[in-house]
Amino acid sequence: MKSRPSRFLLGGRTYSPAVSLLLALPFLLVILLAFLLPLGMLLRESAFAPGFTVEHYRKVFDEPVYLRVMYRTVRISIFVTLISLLLGYPLALLMARARGLQLSLLLIAVLLPLWTSVLVRTYAWLVLLQRDGLINDMLTGLGIIDAPMQLLRTEGAVVLAMSHVLLPFVVLPLYASLRAIPDDYERAAKMLGANGFAVFRHVTLPLSMPGITSGCLMVFLLALGFFVTPALIGGPQQMMLATLVQQQVTELLNWPFAGAIIGVLLFAVLVLVIAFNRVVRLDRFVGQV
Amino acid sequence: MTRTPITASRFAINAFAYAVVVFLLVPTALIIPMSFGPDRFLKFPPAGFTLHWYAAYFSDPDWLAATFFSIRIAALTAIVATIVGTLISLALVRGRLPGKPAFELLVVGPVIVPNIALAIATFLVFDGLRLTGTTLGFVAAHTALAMPFVVFTILASLYRFDADLERAALSCGASPLRAFFWVTLPQIMPGIVSAALFAFIISFDEPVISFFISDLDHRSLPRKMFEDIDYNVSPILAAVATVLTGLTILALVIGHFLGRSGRSGSTTRKTG
Amino acid sequence: MDLQHRSPPGDHVGVHDLVKRYGDVAAVDSVSLGVKKGEFLALLGPSGSGKTTILMNIAGFDFPDSGRIEIDGQDVTWTPPYKRNLGMVFQRYTLFPHMSVLDNIAFPLRMRKIGRAEREERARAALKTVRLDGYGDRKPSQLSGGQQQRVAMARAVVYNPEVLLMDEPLSALDKNLREEMQIEIKHLQRELGVTVIFVTHDQTEALTMADRIAVLDHGKLQQLDTPRALYEAPASAFVAGFIGETNFWPATAANDAAPGDEVAVELEGGERATVMAADRLSRQQAVRVAIRPENLRLSADSGGCAATVNEAIYAGSVTTLLVRTKGPILRVRLTAATAASEPAAGTSLSLGWQPRHARAYAAA
Ligand SMILES: Nc1ncnc2c1ncn2[C@@H]1O[C@H](COP(=O)(O)OP(=O)(O)O)[C@@H](O)[C@H]1O
Ligand SMILES: [Mg+2]
Repeated sequence: MKSRPSRFLLGGRTYSPAVSLLLALPFLLVILLAFLLPLGMLLRESAFAPGFTVEHYRKVFDEPVYLRVMYRTVRISIFVTLISLLLGYPLALLMARARGLQLSLLLIAVLLPLWTSVLVRTYAWLVLLQRDGLINDMLTGLGIIDAPMQLLRTEGAVVLAMSHVLLPFVVLPLYASLRAIPDDYERAAKMLGANGFAVFRHVTLPLSMPGITSGCLMVFLLALGFFVTPALIGGPQQMMLATLVQQQVTELLNWPFAGAIIGVLLFAVLVLVIAFNRVVRLDRFVGQV
Repeated sequence: MTRTPITASRFAINAFAYAVVVFLLVPTALIIPMSFGPDRFLKFPPAGFTLHWYAAYFSDPDWLAATFFSIRIAALTAIVATIVGTLISLALVRGRLPGKPAFELLVVGPVIVPNIALAIATFLVFDGLRLTGTTLGFVAAHTALAMPFVVFTILASLYRFDADLERAALSCGASPLRAFFWVTLPQIMPGIVSAALFAFIISFDEPVISFFISDLDHRSLPRKMFEDIDYNVSPILAAVATVLTGLTILALVIGHFLGRSGRSGSTTRKTG
Repeated sequence: MDLQHRSPPGDHVGVHDLVKRYGDVAAVDSVSLGVKKGEFLALLGPSGSGKTTILMNIAGFDFPDSGRIEIDGQDVTWTPPYKRNLGMVFQRYTLFPHMSVLDNIAFPLRMRKIGRAEREERARAALKTVRLDGYGDRKPSQLSGGQQQRVAMARAVVYNPEVLLMDEPLSALDKNLREEMQIEIKHLQRELGVTVIFVTHDQTEALTMADRIAVLDHGKLQQLDTPRALYEAPASAFVAGFIGETNFWPATAANDAAPGDEVAVELEGGERATVMAADRLSRQQAVRVAIRPENLRLSADSGGCAATVNEAIYAGSVTTLLVRTKGPILRVRLTAATAASEPAAGTSLSLGWQPRHARAYAAA
């Protein structure tokens, strides 16, 4: 008894090539107008002024100010990724073991923040971290500090708020990969004499590696180009790449240089995506069947 | 994973996990009581109950203009992105699309490219085309941004859809067009509804591209919030944030119930 | 071959030199077959032999790399499915889940722009022919598998198509229901006088239902014949092995022979025997001798091949003996009538057959 969908999903298509192209045409128009053309123009701006030049790209790597921003961006992104993983893994473990109502509630707890505006979540941190905000109130109230501290416009605050915003992105793939581990493996490992930690170290952790990789990659990529949270929580001393680009464009109208920074960012993102594509399988989203 | 007796280490891990849940939810949740508090400077716990900030929000023409602008953009984006996304999904799954791998790359493109890159690039081109601050510009940019999530969601329901049903319709004498409207569309409707809601939310609270392609007279709600957060942290923001979050949750709940039979699809998104 | 070759006048559906490749594999490799009006033709073959591909080409859901499909002498190779006026029943019932049973059956009529009243009347009549009157308002999901498949049949015949295509329509049903439905489909076909092309991988199903069977393997047509001819004179070792049960005994031909001639062979194990050549054979050629279990005779006297009973498998109406020869282990079928004399394990016996029941095929 076979119940797989028939292979003629591939063989006998309903729409001919001409009709298919027609169906794809609106998509092509949208992508052309709001994706390909803009990115192409920006990259052209960065390398032709009007003749071909790498001057703007050189500037990104030559001037210490900009190098420092890039270095900081990478550093913050790494911290955010590690913190998200550290916080997310136990939560994903708990979810993978949960059933029924408990699982539903935990899923909601992860999905709700994901679908809450970044601005709202960033605003919440702004309120909490301000000089006369709740956290300073509590710290002084408990006598841990004497006077309110400067919490906003610190790298710690940026990392904290970004980790909060990006945490769901690591929890979901982790949960998916932990959930996919058959019970039997852990049982078998226990039968063979492994204790709790050994089971984790030799069974759970290796098998959840795909989830770890794709979750971390997702968080890291989003962090590299993150605009809203660093722009609002951080100050000039915490400037990240996206804010630098914004400044170049809105304040200095320096399109070629902004284009070069974006070019570098795009390059980094593409390299990472291609390098990890085998693990993350973005193509799975689309290229199925 | 196995249910085993709770050991000390597992207890510690679970306690930590619940602490993480608190960390995830509480900061945002605190905004709600704050939006009902009377203090000019946000305090917790609030010293009383007032609807003052909501009244201020709903009587401020700037806030209202931004809100309605965003609702309009989001509704149009939902419609356009869903139609465009359904068509390309059909071509990908049910058609013989020449250059299919290239189209697949273009579908994932907007997920991979950071929003800031898209925003700057869109700004550059839309400025030249005089599309900044226009409905067309916003809808085009947001449609492109929402496209991957819309397409993933519809693809998922198309893959779940039994292609033999479509064949059965054709063998019954239905043309491809009629087979689509009579059989395929009703079957993938839940996926399409979810996709439309995803697109709506993605557009409605999209801050980065909006930041750049808004102009003085045409600002989206996120752009207006961004400005206000940056320049004068007023408690109106807590009220706006509460309304915004409430609307988002409402949309998700509607999507969950309308799309019940066709769940899954895109649960993740992208932030900037 | 004549490129302008047309179906013989009697053929209702004609498949001509059909070729369909997927990458390197030919799913259908130059298959030609004709189906007569009102005939029940089964496409039989193991999974992956190309049955569905042929059917999909006839239905118009797939198009050939080369070759032609004809219906009523008209070339329909490139005609879209909805213009072929065929009925089709799929393996999984493929009823439209969002429509009631009656709406499902009326769907083809609606697509043919037939008015509401007539639509409903004809749909009800069709529902009656599959003995489901009274179920019209239900949703497909409220019916059992067998009922759903009957609705699918009603939907496929309600517009009186002249050809009905079925792709393993019964394989999702359990055995008893399947046998019941086999008879029902047969009756429906006779009643409507419709031409049926029926795909199955179940040889019993094909043998019981079909007027003629086309046996396929690896995309090639192996034999197209009546069930009896297929069983009694299989054209190849594959068909002999695929239809019914067969023992194969490797051997070497002792002389040249034309198909149908008797030929002496040296059987594996060293004994000599007389068999019938199924292919053209030459001296010293390696062959496989196919003998059906029910055509093997056991006797106490010598003269045949030496054999020892290994095991007896009792199955009610028949008993199967596994006997060890000097060559392979063979299955011997005893009917209940002869089972009284069933030999015990370990008994030494002599094995014989009529030459026309032992067919020698050239070994591949
Ligand atoms: N769309 C397809 N893509 C690749 N190979 C296919 C496709 N459809 C069928 N095939 C191949 O063609 C051969 C015949 O398939 P099919 O006609 O479905 O066989 P059957 O129905 O007899 O089981 C098989 O080897 C199968 O793998
Ligand atoms: Mg098949």
